[in-house]
Amino acid sequence: MDYEVVIGLEVHAELATKTKIYCGCSTEFGGDPNTHCCPVCTGMPGALPVLNKKVVEYAVKAGLAMNCEIARDSKQDRKNYFYPDLPKAYQISQFDMPLCENGHVEIEVDGQKKNIGITRIHIEEDAGKLNHDQYGGGALVDLNRACVPLIEIVSEPDIRSAEEAKAYVEKLKSILEYLEVSDCKMQEGSLRADVNLSIRKKGETKFGTRTETKNLNSFRSIVRAIEFEIERQIEAVENGEEIYQETRRWDDDRGIGYAMRTKENADDYRYFPEPDLSLIKLSEDYINNLKDNLPEMPDSRKARYVSELGLPEYDATIITASKKMADFFEGALTVCSNAKSISNWLMGDFTRLLGEKEMEIENVPFSAQDLGELVNLIDSGKISSAIAKKVFEEMFESGKQPKVIVEEKGLVQISDEGAIKEIVLKVLENNPQSIADFKAGKDKALGFLVGQAMKESRGKANPQMLNKMFLEELNK
Amino acid sequence: MNITKEQLKHIANLSNLSFNDEELEKYLVDMTGIVDFVNQLNEINTDDVEITTSILGEYNIFREDEIKESFDRELLIQNAPDSQDGMFKIPRVIE
Repeated sequence: MDYEVVIGLEVHAELATKTKIYCGCSTEFGGDPNTHCCPVCTGMPGALPVLNKKVVEYAVKAGLAMNCEIARDSKQDRKNYFYPDLPKAYQISQFDMPLCENGHVEIEVDGQKKNIGITRIHIEEDAGKLNHDQYGGGALVDLNRACVPLIEIVSEPDIRSAEEAKAYVEKLKSILEYLEVSDCKMQEGSLRADVNLSIRKKGETKFGTRTETKNLNSFRSIVRAIEFEIERQIEAVENGEEIYQETRRWDDDRGIGYAMRTKENADDYRYFPEPDLSLIKLSEDYINNLKDNLPEMPDSRKARYVSELGLPEYDATIITASKKMADFFEGALTVCSNAKSISNWLMGDFTRLLGEKEMEIENVPFSAQDLGELVNLIDSGKISSAIAKKVFEEMFESGKQPKVIVEEKGLVQISDEGAIKEIVLKVLENNPQSIADFKAGKDKALGFLVGQAMKESRGKANPQMLNKMFLEELNK
Repeated sequence: MNITKEQLKHIANLSNLSFNDEELEKYLVDMTGIVDFVNQLNEINTDDVEITTSILGEYNIFREDEIKESFDRELLIQNAPDSQDGMFKIPRVIE
């Protein structure tokens, strides 16, 4: 039997404001427990929230970039439930009048483009963090994250596979990064997704019963949790079992999903308008001003890289997926015009070394211009590509400029004819067999000789010149 | 309008309260009275009245995104029944 998978995602993104949504405490990640707290965000009786202006601005920007209609009138509501990470026993969120509605983003999977509908984007406050106490069996509550502003982006049930879900979240992440409204650090929990998933027989128009798997905070866990849940539901249906509407958790270490206790599944949040906060009214001027000043989005940059710089579509997609990468690319272009070569370095050694050193782009010890200069050194014949790789690794270590490294280590390419000739003659003298092989028609022998000469010069000889010189000598 | 025992139990559960049978009977009567009282509002014709989303009538009361000094941690946790390592200590959470 063929099944169709129907997925809708709720993505939570922490906004990159300096202060929390309803008080002036810092949103900085990683402070000592409960040191970014005050009576408002710890839910002390009588404390009154006041909305951070930037939260509205960032949410509206996200809505505009995701093609949403922006509400002229919006309000905030209380969502009531008990959980120890929620000090007020309610979360201030938005219920029936969210800031943004009816948008869409375009994704691409296997060359197929597709629009994913965005039902709504609303603002709300994050909860605190429970640290499970290994000794006492209880839990320790840290409220630094309580009241940190979030937007929740709710998609239409338009997603049909784990790959599409991944592409969708990647798209949201890159849009939010380009807007600079969220830093989207998944490992710090500032971007996380809930997956609503159901299956139905191919051709069926009615939706099946859906489950919700909560709090997935990496692309890997999103994909794995979806694949697991698809398989689980298909197996249940094939065995004639019923699918229950339930909230589930994903255990990434064990690679399994499991249902939460059913009692907690009784969603009854008794939303009502938040009486401590005013309504939000947005003018045409306000919205138009934000719209006119939106930064260039990834798709537009990608198109520009292809049409103006001649980058292959593949390169442009990878470079523009992260704004920081695209900015680095453009930084290198300010001193060097070889876009393809810069792109190769970024997609190759740069990405590899970032991964090996578990480093973020903003922590790279050299500048984008330094990378451009490195490419210039290769293009002008000053250093060989092989040497450039060594210089690049050294740049990652010391942050020194490529020119300085080349001079300090004496890595300048040997392009002097006399010096090259000396090396060639020496290598020929030591390898009579290769000469014989070459004369017998084995072209491979030439490659071997050039390799020996590179070794002899410790990578510094100009390979094109070596090639030419060897041919001259061998054909004498 | 009568409130059923099941509805009352559900509301009690949402409020983290538990009642014995005797209490349930008593609150059933009370709750029915409360709901009847509020139900009088349904007798009013509100066809031409705009939905009330705020009783303040105020809008766009914002603060600038400027950091203010947070509270001293000891002050914040001084009323907590139990604390450890600067955090609120609570009983085990079961999922």
